[in-house]
Amino acid sequence: MAKTTNILMAGFGGQGILFAGKVTAYAGLFDKKEISWLPSYGPEMRGGTCNCSVVVSDEPIGSPLVTAPDLLVAMNRPSLEKFVDKVVPGGTILVDSTMIDIKVERTDVNVYYIDSTRIADEEGLKGCAIIILLGKAFKELGFVTAESVDKAINKVIPPKKAAMIELNQKAIKIGMEA
Amino acid sequence: MAEKVLMKGNEALAEAAIQCGCRHYFGYPITPQTEIAAYMSKRMPKIGGTFLQAESEIAAINMVLGASSAGVRAMTSSSSPGVSLKSEGVSYIAGSDLPALIINVQRGGPGLGGIQPSQSDYWQATKALGHGDFQMFVLAPSTIQEMVDFVKLAYEVGEKYRVPSMILSDGMLGQMMEPVEFPEKNDQDIPEKPWATNGHQNKRKKNIINSLYIEPQELEDLINERYQRYELIMENEQRAEEFMTEDADIIVVAFGASSRVSRSAVHMARAQGIKAGLIRPITLWPFPDKTIKKSMDTASKYLVVEMNKGQMVDDVRLVVEGKKPVEFFGRTGGIIPTPDEVLAQIKKLAGKEE
Amino acid sequence: MAVVFERPKALSDVPFHYCPGCTHGIVHRLVAEVLDELGVVGQTVGVASVGCSVFSYNYFDCDMVQAPHGRAPAVATGLKRSLPDNVIFTYQGDGDLAAIGMAETVHAATRGENITVIFINNAIYGMTGGQMAPTSLPGQVTQTTPYGRDTSVAGHPIRVCELLSTLSGTALAQRVTVDSVKNVNIAKKAIKKGFENQINKRGYSIIEVVSTCPTNWGLSPQEAMKWLQDNMLEYYPLGVYKDVTAEGGNK
Repeated sequence: MAKTTNILMAGFGGQGILFAGKVTAYAGLFDKKEISWLPSYGPEMRGGTCNCSVVVSDEPIGSPLVTAPDLLVAMNRPSLEKFVDKVVPGGTILVDSTMIDIKVERTDVNVYYIDSTRIADEEGLKGCAIIILLGKAFKELGFVTAESVDKAINKVIPPKKAAMIELNQKAIKIGMEA
Repeated sequence: MAEKVLMKGNEALAEAAIQCGCRHYFGYPITPQTEIAAYMSKRMPKIGGTFLQAESEIAAINMVLGASSAGVRAMTSSSSPGVSLKSEGVSYIAGSDLPALIINVQRGGPGLGGIQPSQSDYWQATKALGHGDFQMFVLAPSTIQEMVDFVKLAYEVGEKYRVPSMILSDGMLGQMMEPVEFPEKNDQDIPEKPWATNGHQNKRKKNIINSLYIEPQELEDLINERYQRYELIMENEQRAEEFMTEDADIIVVAFGASSRVSRSAVHMARAQGIKAGLIRPITLWPFPDKTIKKSMDTASKYLVVEMNKGQMVDDVRLVVEGKKPVEFFGRTGGIIPTPDEVLAQIKKLAGKEE
Repeated sequence: MAVVFERPKALSDVPFHYCPGCTHGIVHRLVAEVLDELGVVGQTVGVASVGCSVFSYNYFDCDMVQAPHGRAPAVATGLKRSLPDNVIFTYQGDGDLAAIGMAETVHAATRGENITVIFINNAIYGMTGGQMAPTSLPGQVTQTTPYGRDTSVAGHPIRVCELLSTLSGTALAQRVTVDSVKNVNIAKKAIKKGFENQINKRGYSIIEVVSTCPTNWGLSPQEAMKWLQDNMLEYYPLGVYKDVTAEGGNK
């Protein structure tokens, strides 16, 4: 049976949502999967909520708009509240518990709470909180390989920001061990 | 083979145009096509091309008219409300037998509408973008790779038959990223344009680019000649993709973004034992009536899925001529239908309603 | 036998359709003479606008494009950006340039679009049968101001050269007329300067020619010329409004 992972990442603008989506998409690409990446756009981007749909699949992708995620990465409370009920039964939710002070009440999904914004700040990884969550997701769901994730980070970060590569690699590692 | 890269549809399309030799871009800001203009503004100055932010959509399309008259590959891009403003210029371009590339990254309408993806400009693109008897060559990509590949096709067909070409995209295809690869060479074989107004250099008779014909007979003759070219386009340039149609009982007809959703729904229907298939028109004008006609041998029912209130369904019904039922399902206003919604419609047609 | 007068080479051997007493014919000839003198006919592309002068594509013996109403500056922009070493000019009437095409005009000028604009201001729409133009004078009777242009209802006429002279991209804004030998000579010099500016890449040049429309004014050719002198020149003073080549060119 062909495998498709529908991923939804959501939070505030500026939390690196689209960047994390790109890293995931490129990792899928390096694993020779079919992938798609679709951002929310328009006025809602202006300081408001921001989300990004990523699909990683073994077969050509139909709709790139993720309405029933297998994996939800929630970076703020409005995003969790908006999408928590859309996650498929048996799906996974990653919660940045620095930013979100509520718990998921559903019992048919796997939920991981990681204090990622606080950890990122303490480890000198400001802005990498979502990457810590991604590390966790890669480890738990295994929809892309660690090698491809590393290649993806090198690909997505432009040369003039090369210093960020190491920070993101560290963030992934922290997430995988969290 | 070139490396696959991830690109937004809008940016991939812009890069494809550059690789096809387009050095003249004229546009006006509007969501959700913004990345095309932004990409052009970054790239054109580096390659000796022109990026010009016009004072209006109207000015932009007329700058394209001027550049096309000069014989170069030019383009403009916009989204639905902006394309309405371009209609005057497009009519003049068609009436002057000029090729030109117009991109519509559709959003919801009418009026200012919304900014989310839509397919509600199908009628505008295929029936009446502007006054007068005329057609455009209209392509509907459904992947980012097609956003790239269709730019070349749009230029080539437009130049061959001297007609304007439109790529009818939408906010979803414009904004999303998918892996894409660019052909090695795309700007070969750009044909000579002996009709161009680029200065006769005292070596030939003067050329006139014009759409005014005061004598009715002269105008009718010209339009008849143009319609003979349209006949050739209808004969030679129809394109459609068939997916699982060989034995299909229920055929879904959908283009662009909605065809992606429909493909997933067809997959799901097959898994449930329903013989469903998909016909995806790639050229919206000429409408691929040959493919639809052929499918009537096996299909018993049709379901047309669009992101509007039912526009292409008219063309399907014209081909089917009432011989089979043609049902319609659509979402509009910027909403993308889900595969489950389409599947439910397929099941209803199959008599397997839950 | 010595030739003392002949058709400029830049004019095709086609009779004009213009009405008796209309000054389009004179202005066409002046433009053609200038193109001949500059030796640029072979590299020139003209843009005809909508109005009586739309048929100028039949008259000038260079490549010609006919633009939608008001859009000549945009079409010329597309041509010039594609053919930067060619000579591109527009020939526009007052309705085309100052009403429906005002946005295109102002923006071509402010971009310093390197083109030459011949602007025929005869204070009326000729082709459609004599309606109020953006340059129709206060009190002027037209088909759509049958009681005379009432400025409280229909607003005031636009002085195009004055307006465009405020823009940094404008190289030349000069108003001329062709009511006398002296003024015809001044007009030709201005038109020549407009084309020379383009060849020297100085930016947007506009030569406004205050013109007649005997047919729609309901006057004989002589009366029309007198009406122009008595009425139009007061509201539209002749002169140089901006000239980047002259010291203190601003009037």
